[in-house]
Amino acid sequence: MTNILIVVVVILLVATLVQILRVSELLSEIKNKDVNEVTDKDNNTQGILFLIVGFGFLIFVIWQMVTWNHLLLPPASSVHGTQIDFLMKISMGLILVVFFVLSPILFYFLYKYRGKKSNKAYFFSHNNKLEVVWTVIPTILLTVLIIFGLKTWDKAMNVEVTESTTIIEVYGQQFNWTARYSGLDNNLGKANFKLVKGRNTLGVDMLDSNAADDKMAREVHLVIDQPVLLKFRSQDVIHSAFLPHFRVQMNCVPGMTTQFGFTPNKTTAQMKESEGEDFEYILLCNKICGASHYNMQMKFIVETQEEYDVWLASQESLETKLLTQK
Amino acid sequence: MSEHHKENFITKYVFTQDHKMIAKQFLITGMFMAVVGMLMSAIFRVQLANPGETSILYNLLPGAWLNDSGGLNPDKYLALVTMHGTILVFWVLTAGLSGTFANFLIPLQIGARDMASGFLNMLSYWFFFLATVVLLSSLFVETGPASGGWTIYPPLSALPQAIPGSGTGMTLWLISITLFVVGSLLGGLNYIVTILNLRTIGMTMQRLPLTVWALLITAILGVLSFPVLLSCGLLLIFDRSFGTSFYLSDIIINGEVLHNEGGSPILFEHLFWFLGHPEVYIILLPALGIVSEVIAVNSRKPIFGYKAMVGALLLIAFLSFIVWGHHMFMTGMNPFLGSVFTFTTLLIAIPSAVKVFNYLATLWRGNIRFTPAMLFAIGTVSAFITGGLTGIILGDSALDINVHDTYFVVGHFHIVMGLSAIYGMFAGVYHWFPKMYGRMMNKNLGYLHFWGTFICAYGVFFPMHFLGLAGLPRRYYSNSAFPMFDGLSDINELITFFALAGAIFQVFFLFNFFYSIFKGTKATQNPWKSNTLEWTTPVERIHGNWPGELPVVTRWAYDYSKPGADEDFILQTEPLKEGEIEH
Repeated sequence: MTNILIVVVVILLVATLVQILRVSELLSEIKNKDVNEVTDKDNNTQGILFLIVGFGFLIFVIWQMVTWNHLLLPPASSVHGTQIDFLMKISMGLILVVFFVLSPILFYFLYKYRGKKSNKAYFFSHNNKLEVVWTVIPTILLTVLIIFGLKTWDKAMNVEVTESTTIIEVYGQQFNWTARYSGLDNNLGKANFKLVKGRNTLGVDMLDSNAADDKMAREVHLVIDQPVLLKFRSQDVIHSAFLPHFRVQMNCVPGMTTQFGFTPNKTTAQMKESEGEDFEYILLCNKICGASHYNMQMKFIVETQEEYDVWLASQESLETKLLTQK
Repeated sequence: MSEHHKENFITKYVFTQDHKMIAKQFLITGMFMAVVGMLMSAIFRVQLANPGETSILYNLLPGAWLNDSGGLNPDKYLALVTMHGTILVFWVLTAGLSGTFANFLIPLQIGARDMASGFLNMLSYWFFFLATVVLLSSLFVETGPASGGWTIYPPLSALPQAIPGSGTGMTLWLISITLFVVGSLLGGLNYIVTILNLRTIGMTMQRLPLTVWALLITAILGVLSFPVLLSCGLLLIFDRSFGTSFYLSDIIINGEVLHNEGGSPILFEHLFWFLGHPEVYIILLPALGIVSEVIAVNSRKPIFGYKAMVGALLLIAFLSFIVWGHHMFMTGMNPFLGSVFTFTTLLIAIPSAVKVFNYLATLWRGNIRFTPAMLFAIGTVSAFITGGLTGIILGDSALDINVHDTYFVVGHFHIVMGLSAIYGMFAGVYHWFPKMYGRMMNKNLGYLHFWGTFICAYGVFFPMHFLGLAGLPRRYYSNSAFPMFDGLSDINELITFFALAGAIFQVFFLFNFFYSIFKGTKATQNPWKSNTLEWTTPVERIHGNWPGELPVVTRWAYDYSKPGADEDFILQTEPLKEGEIEH
């Protein structure tokens, strides 16, 4: 019934529009005027509209920046993330300046040079000096941004793995995450998808001597100021491990291992103090992976060494989990 | 071509070889697909604002898979997102835009009777038509259409066990795209050959209107990059149907261990984006060409820096082939490669900036006439500024780490590619409608359409940047699973409001278009007082374009308001006066 009503309303609206148009066209025929010719009055109205709506848009942008600022991600909770945030501030500042210079120029020109039948435009087809200037300025600005960007990228991606780096595997599958700690030897045991069976959900090769002390977990605990190297694998389709608060993202690709190293520098408890009691570090999936893509998550907790040691000790090793409890 | 044999309905409107009619076929098909794609977006926007609520629009959609059981579930949501992307990127902004204006404008603006091969041109449309039929038919299969995102990354797109849409729906998608590529290659080759060989006497490359330059470069991009998509798709067909392992390795799905080993999904991404990035410019360049023409005509001024404009187009086109990796910064590729792609990507900002400055310089001290086409052309410039700037963030690999695949990207590309191109397309339709149908579109409805669209579109896409900066990933069926996104629901409701309002304003365009075809006021030969050759053809639009001899060109396309001339425009066919210097 609703559908029929909608159809009827649409038909009536269209019919009304047709009639209005016919009337306006007939009227203009009587007045011997072309209804579709752009008059000076039109130019005036449209020019003023551009000024009003154009600047309205700029105000809307500023309003959004003010009103929604508190919704944006808090400052990074990792060492390299702080550098990324700095680069972001510089880049964002630069593009906002360019935006708030070029857009007003555009809208102002439209108003200022709105046409009149009696006016004539200025014939101005090129000016080499001007063109060189506005090629060189963006080139200089971009050179700075490129150099700055590449340095930040290089620092973020090429992390040195030392003795003190904790190695943790993050394993994605439709639609959950599992973590594996490398244990006392800080070496992950080898894994192969063909070995996935029963409780060995990650396909760890238990014959590998590095595997016995590995520990599986459903949440990831990290120690503040302690470098960590996440190694990513996927069981089925491409997932993307996204830790927005740490400025960390890396795809998990079946058939290969990817990695991302970083150093968290704020504990969950500290973040709860500044961001509210509900705050948690969270790992999301950021590559379309199927029906529950929107609900594929794992908690990350950053804590002190003591808290971490207690938690890790409470986790059972793969040896206990897979080999002894038959 | 000048023989005037009798034409019947079939040869005139269906299997026509007249480039003008083929252009209209592309346009109408593109418009139809645009409506389908837009309705899909309206449905998923309603879902994002009111999760779980079944909208009236949703019930209007046909298709077996839609009606099985209650409402819009995550699978269907992803299917709609995928089809929306596919339709808008390929059907509307590639075929609908290039197909329409390359066919319509190239022969008319270079002074040719028709395309180099009318027959191939006809085939090009009918391959496109078949592709359309196959794509739409996938809406009616039981497991639904392709649902792995328009980028169809395997293994998701390769395995029906991973998502229902990767069953028959994905097969149809691949067949459809194969047909589409064949059609677009036939068209592209034709455009290139026509522009290079059939220019009339005096129409040197330096005198070509910028529309033709843009369409030529677009066609070259298409011919070089679409075959890569074809091979990319063929390998996927092999993996899906014949048990090969180009893209698949080490997979367990639904507890089943697959035999595939040694392949890499990353290979697919490289092949896909080798087309995918030039594709962005295949979409954008024709719009920029149209906008250059419309802005010059309606500012009553020559386009500023013609040579720089052509140079910028060429540079953008060249760079577009060596930047594809910026879509893959987070795939785990060697960080050094990431650096190279950051470098090449950010370079694109330079020719883009030059284009913007040249548009502004063209408007400066103009005598601007605000036709609906002009409003939309300005809309393109505004969107190109707004959306282009955020590309500087996304192209920078270090910054991309945290905005990759978030709504920041969605906002960015919808403004810089979606809005710029669709505004360019609207500008083209309003501007050349009199040449297409011999009648005028209604001016006031055009104004209404522009302002409604302009305001709503920014209302939809600008807030998305904030969602992205809040960390919200794209392609989420619902944002309720993460408490950190609870605060974003107001923004989502605002976006949905603008999206639905914006959709309603498109009704004014559709109405205006079809009404004016039949009832619009009669057009004169050169209603916008333009210089270019298409306005020297008769209003009646005959097969062969010019009744007598082909026009001879003696000057460039942009002699507007030239000092010493009687009027503020000079047709390209008008000989230079004694002592007059060409621009």
